[in-house]
Amino acid sequence: MAEITLRVNSSEHKVSVAPDTPLLWVLRDTLALTGTKFGCGAGLCGACTVHLDGAAIRSCSMPVSQASGKNITTIEGLSANALHALQQAWIAEQVPQCGYCQTGQIMAAAALLAKSPHPSDDQITQAMNGNLCRCGTYDRIRRAIHRAAGGSQ
Amino acid sequence: MSSLSRRQFLSVGAAAGAGLVIGFYLPHGSHEAKDVFAPNAYLKIATDGQITVVVARSEMGQGVRTSLPMILAEELEADWQQIAIEQAGASTLYGDQTTGGSASVRTTWDPMRRAGAAAREMLISAAALQWGVPRSSCKAQNSAIIHSDSNRRLTYGQLASKAAGLPIPTDPPLKQAKDYQIVGKPIPRLDVPAKVDGKAEYGIDFRLAGMKYAVLARCPVVGGKVANFDDKDAKKIAGVSYVGKVGDSAIAVVADSVWGAMEGRRVLNIQWDEGPNASLNSAAIYDSLKKAAAGKAAILYSVGDVSKVQGRRIDATYQLPFMAHAPMEPGNCAAQFRGSSCELWAPTQVPQDVRDSVAQALAISADEVKVNVTLMGGGFGRRLEHDYGVEAALVSKAVNTPVKVIWTREDDMRNSTYRPASYHHLSAVLDGAGWPVAFSHRIVSPSISGQKGTPGDGGIDPDLKDEAGLVYSMPNVLLEYVDLQTPVPLGWMRSVYALQAGFASESFIDELANAARKDPLDYRLHLLAKDEDIRYFDTIWRTSRMRGVLQLAADKAGWGKPLRTGHYHGIACFACFSSYVAEVVEISMDNNQPRVHRVVAAIDCGQVVNPNILEQQIQGGVVYALTNAMRAQITIDKGRVVQGNFDDYAPVRMNEAPVVEAYVVPSSEAPTGAGEPPVPPLAPALCNAMYVATKKRIRSLPLLT
Repeated sequence: MAEITLRVNSSEHKVSVAPDTPLLWVLRDTLALTGTKFGCGAGLCGACTVHLDGAAIRSCSMPVSQASGKNITTIEGLSANALHALQQAWIAEQVPQCGYCQTGQIMAAAALLAKSPHPSDDQITQAMNGNLCRCGTYDRIRRAIHRAAGGSQ
Repeated sequence: MSSLSRRQFLSVGAAAGAGLVIGFYLPHGSHEAKDVFAPNAYLKIATDGQITVVVARSEMGQGVRTSLPMILAEELEADWQQIAIEQAGASTLYGDQTTGGSASVRTTWDPMRRAGAAAREMLISAAALQWGVPRSSCKAQNSAIIHSDSNRRLTYGQLASKAAGLPIPTDPPLKQAKDYQIVGKPIPRLDVPAKVDGKAEYGIDFRLAGMKYAVLARCPVVGGKVANFDDKDAKKIAGVSYVGKVGDSAIAVVADSVWGAMEGRRVLNIQWDEGPNASLNSAAIYDSLKKAAAGKAAILYSVGDVSKVQGRRIDATYQLPFMAHAPMEPGNCAAQFRGSSCELWAPTQVPQDVRDSVAQALAISADEVKVNVTLMGGGFGRRLEHDYGVEAALVSKAVNTPVKVIWTREDDMRNSTYRPASYHHLSAVLDGAGWPVAFSHRIVSPSISGQKGTPGDGGIDPDLKDEAGLVYSMPNVLLEYVDLQTPVPLGWMRSVYALQAGFASESFIDELANAARKDPLDYRLHLLAKDEDIRYFDTIWRTSRMRGVLQLAADKAGWGKPLRTGHYHGIACFACFSSYVAEVVEISMDNNQPRVHRVVAAIDCGQVVNPNILEQQIQGGVVYALTNAMRAQITIDKGRVVQGNFDDYAPVRMNEAPVVEAYVVPSSEAPTGAGEPPVPPLAPALCNAMYVATKKRIRSLPLLT
């Protein structure tokens, strides 16, 4: 066990966990931020995607000790007040079916738009390819990203 | 359900004084006289106007928490904005609550309509009484009753208490489809907002005060048991509070956190008694399936006599592997054992079966087991099993604490139930013009229901009755089934046997068209040209409806028109769960591998409740089926499942996902299945396109190994 300070969604949290605990489980079990999902535990599906200093990472494969001192953003903190443009687009395009992977999908898309505000189809595929969806919503995810971006350039 | 409890239920609703509570009961089917009071719907209207529709099916992504309330709201003449839903847990009020078989809309369509209509009629009566005017001068509209002669209006909320005291009409008039305001509209799903901001609570997210977490080490060999275990190291892991056997073949590690339980399991030292299947492997299973094809078969369908037909004979065999459902949310269930009772929070497609299995496992009465149904991160049939619930209940009892059992992805891949592997022998005789005058298809596959102890009449797995028909008009047809048992655990996976039956028969029809040097679309249309009703068990398949979807998909895809250089079309159609689907797949070949660019699907599933949700089901079905066709394969070696995670069981990702266009043949028939019927045509349409591209026929799946 170790005392670790985490900065999650702009708030500081002191947690007492084994330092090799994956960030995912600290977010979910210790901080009750369950919007971040467990899918594979091996960085293969993207359901656990969060931002670490703005970059999309797989929280299931990152020891919590490595996240200390960084800015962690989860789906719960993606947008301070109103919904993020991507969340609005996800609703407009009616993307989710079961919805389980969608918070991870949105976090991956948000990291993409932060870097490339008007991504091409290829850029979208590249950024989103690590995020699995068993309900097959890929087509609508692509449309929602374009919608949130106000079209590609 | 007894009549007493039904009456109690009704009187509680009326006496509560909070509004109108309607439990509307109809016989579940005239042949089921023993259960004539099985209720079919449940509705609450509060005095503040809030309308709550209870959804007695499980939401696993297919949209029942929106589509089922739409059906009721339509007849109720409700303002959709006032609709809220309540998820039913395991109950005795709703008949069979199983969510599967693409049946949620088709089995609740009638009762939900009647429940809404009955409430509407009671609200009209309440208003007419209040105003002292004839019922016929009152009209229901937008959650209110209107008397236009006097320009008066009372809302449902205002009328709720009065309506609650009125008799329930037994045969309320139903609306005509032309008057629908809600059904048939692409209304946004009620569950979507919570699925984009992290607030949606799935089974894995549910938490109780003081709850502990458990992961189980299960014997990797099918049918094996725990011989010995040493928990010394496991108990050294911080937070691990308990290690103990669950049944004969698993050991639970309980900890304060999921990670602690996983770490405890990692260092657990177990000797397994691998049992009789320690040398089981896929090659031997395929071999036995092939051998069984020469054995005794049960007849699924027979017309004419295929054995007497002479002519040009064509034979082919097809083979499909075991597959895993692999929903995104791994298995889990929370349970709280309380001495003589148990409550569960289960992501399940079968709350009543979970209730009964848990009662049996704990040796308590089913009345003492409460099952709450959570949202599910996919199901695809995997959550038709009761294993998660039983494990959670047993562990909670063992530690006398609320417990959540969580499966890892590897657990889900290796200790699951699987789509059965199958072997198919097809044979046809062509006449001089190349048309099939005899067609036979022998399906060899382990029976899922048989393995679960309910083999069905004549050894025919009951699922085959929904999933293995043939809608072509031919003079001599023989469809047969051979059940070959396997120790590999079997489960119902999206479209079940229709995937295997559709792949084999729709690939083979393509082979026949090629042998006859005819266009595959024309060939199929010729076999559907005559209007014919084909009775296959309880379903009447209509050639006209299959013709409709085939023509629509072909037209929208531009069948027969020039494609981009290097692009090829393939087509297939199949009918299952009482619906008809045709798909045209457009591919190119890259390094001997197909790249699917576009899939045009057409469905005839009767009256459409929500076109947005239907399109999702078609898009999702196609992508799910593409994974099945390309790579989904569970192999067995030394009695163990080889695959473990999304690297060696690799679903389609965005880079492989085609554009899917969904079209609907308009229909006023009652709604039929939508979740599964889009799955079967994809693999044969894809392989038929590959044949055009390569002149090589694919007769076994997966395509890529």
